[in-house]
Amino acid sequence: MRTTARTSRRAMTFAVVAALATGLLAGCATDDDSGSDGGSGGGSGNKGGTTVTIGTFGVFGYKQAGLYDEYMKLHPGVTIKENVTTRTDVYWPKTLTRLQAGSGTDDIQAIEVGNITEAVQTQADKFVDLGKEVDKSQWLDWKNSQATTKDGKLIGLGTDVGPMAICYRKDLFEKAGLETDRTKLAAQWKGDWNKYVDLGKQYMKKAPNGTKYVDSASSVYNAALGGEKERYYDKDGSVIWDKSTGVKKSWNAAMEVATSNMSAKLKQFDKPWDQGFANGTFATVACPAWMLGYIQEKSGDSGKGKWDVAAAPTAANWGGSFIGVPTASKHQKEAIALAKWLTAPAQQAKVFAKQASFPSTPSAYADLKPQAATTTFFSDAPLTQIFSDSAKTIPVQIFGVKDQPIGTAITDTGILQVEQKGKSPAQGWDAATKEVKDVLDQ
Amino acid sequence: MTSSDEALAQSATSADTAPGSQEPGAARGAQGRGTAPTGAGTWRSRLYRWDMKASPYAFISPFFVIFGAFSLVPLLYTAWYSLHHVQLSNLDGQTWAGLDNYTNLFQSDFFWNALKNTFTIGVLSTVPQLVAAIWLAHMLNYRLRGSTVWRVIMLTPYATSVAAATLVFVLLFSPDTGMINWALDLIGIDPVNWRESDWGSQAAVSSIVIWRWTGYNALIYLAAMQAIPADLYESAALDGANRWQQFRHVTIPMLRPTILFTVVVSTIGATQLFGEPLLFGGVSGTKGGSEHQYQTLGLYMYDQGWIVGNLGKASAIAWSMFLILLIVAAVNLLITRRLRKSQ
Repeated sequence: MRTTARTSRRAMTFAVVAALATGLLAGCATDDDSGSDGGSGGGSGNKGGTTVTIGTFGVFGYKQAGLYDEYMKLHPGVTIKENVTTRTDVYWPKTLTRLQAGSGTDDIQAIEVGNITEAVQTQADKFVDLGKEVDKSQWLDWKNSQATTKDGKLIGLGTDVGPMAICYRKDLFEKAGLETDRTKLAAQWKGDWNKYVDLGKQYMKKAPNGTKYVDSASSVYNAALGGEKERYYDKDGSVIWDKSTGVKKSWNAAMEVATSNMSAKLKQFDKPWDQGFANGTFATVACPAWMLGYIQEKSGDSGKGKWDVAAAPTAANWGGSFIGVPTASKHQKEAIALAKWLTAPAQQAKVFAKQASFPSTPSAYADLKPQAATTTFFSDAPLTQIFSDSAKTIPVQIFGVKDQPIGTAITDTGILQVEQKGKSPAQGWDAATKEVKDVLDQ
Repeated sequence: MTSSDEALAQSATSADTAPGSQEPGAARGAQGRGTAPTGAGTWRSRLYRWDMKASPYAFISPFFVIFGAFSLVPLLYTAWYSLHHVQLSNLDGQTWAGLDNYTNLFQSDFFWNALKNTFTIGVLSTVPQLVAAIWLAHMLNYRLRGSTVWRVIMLTPYATSVAAATLVFVLLFSPDTGMINWALDLIGIDPVNWRESDWGSQAAVSSIVIWRWTGYNALIYLAAMQAIPADLYESAALDGANRWQQFRHVTIPMLRPTILFTVVVSTIGATQLFGEPLLFGGVSGTKGGSEHQYQTLGLYMYDQGWIVGNLGKASAIAWSMFLILLIVAAVNLLITRRLRKSQ
């Protein structure tokens, strides 16, 4: 006991001394810091100035395309820091809580298209109105309208859009005795996703061993719905998902796929789906522009020159984001300037060249150049042409607050049960209904 | 919650024993220090006594301050939220709901389904895991070459991250290209859809849990086994008991408190199961499969709170989980008492 008392005392003394010492050292350090700061401020001016932070999810391609470095070179007083959260389902709740707390937000926050309506309807007062800062006519109309509030406030600038095409395996199509020319193929299914599904029945008659026509029924559903004006909500913001013609049409097309053995029954963005690309287990996939890089990466060299791209049955959009400046931003002026610059046509074209994210500004379309590797990979398909044709004709879609969870309920419960568990379409619809009710239940 | 509960329990027990052991020690300490002031009422002695009494509280206070700030306050706040309609996108616009969230919850099939899944996955993972751990520990308790190496290897699954482990298991269990279906095919069993079938998916999730935690529990058992006096085994051997009988009649009874401890810890872990099913489900993992076949309570809470944005209901789930844990703890206490009496 005695010894412990003594050691604890010794320990205490040591702790106090240590604390004091670190305090002193810290004091020195801060002195040092401020000294050098002053030095650099007067000198090179390289460091210091304002740090503008930008919060994103996934891969935005700004860093990859070298845009931050370029901007910092143009504006020596500005340092850009990107805070990336990989998963959208983690990023958005976090951003919502920070916006409402009015602290902890980045100077620029990215908003996914699935969340933009929620942001417009519930967070509009937390974002700077960018409508006065930019020439709105640069963007596609339907892109702008997604980020505009009822009283005309623009809370986010469009980054990329997700115009849709069909990526298909030329080699598999040939073996199945189908048309392989991309223009003729597009003509065969033009205007109706059911025609695309019908072609799948033909494919399955002579399908190469172990392959299916399409990766999943949900992908057909999403692609078809991406071209419909009417989705889950009407103009007044009431839920009409179970009456909507758009949903019905897309659902029926997906059910055709799910019940006719033409699907590889994979779930998009899961590991087995990636493997499906590598092993060539499905012949087509509805591909928004941003998916090209993904397909290329996951297929690897084995898919080179075998993939081709044809126009989708209808002009449809899937994905795309916005960047907005929260009112809580500490460097609003700099953030607005940076957001404007990042979303300007010239910069969007640079991101496309690197990352294949398709610009939301039509004036960029004239000089879009995809990477040479991408073009060879997709059999020299005129990618820019196909995607810009689609982008320009996409209808203005009505979104609602809970678009995202309703969509997930339909694809990941309804469609998946039919596709993977052999339930009837009616049972699948009932399951989806139950799920949507759970989502909408306050 | 659990870690702090345990800590609370631990600090409670140590508080029970503390006064008994501290008083005489303190007295001795005072005597031992020849220079210590003996005259009562002097300033130094008062300071000294105050120091003896107050310092322990100062030393343990950081835990309670942090516990209060990061556990107690959120706990109470969650209770408050659970009585309101709150949307994630509108935190300030909450309206009083009374017990609506709870009644909705208890009428919801999804809640009972999640509760059932939590239970079945818990049993499916805990029972084989503890049995395997005891067996492993028993094996390791024999004289082995390179026993340290074996022990370290056993602990590696526990050291890998949930994410890494689950990713590998997802590939193994992939219905079309996975190794497990391939192996089943070799012995003539039809492939199982490990993602979408009810028992298949639950077994797959459980296997991840088993893989990760078996070694950890085995080490705990091993430590306890090594504390069993060797003469017990010797006398058992003299009585003619074989290895299995020794295991049954010596090892298991001596391990009883340890087994109880691991059961409690595993049960709490199983009740809060979250990471494995979430990552196993992939992109929309919070749903736990198309029919919610492996959605646990933890997943359902996360789905309601952060995906759907219905914070009120999510808080109600959180509190229901808390109450369930309390019930589990109470049942466990009863069993412990029973066992103690029977000893």
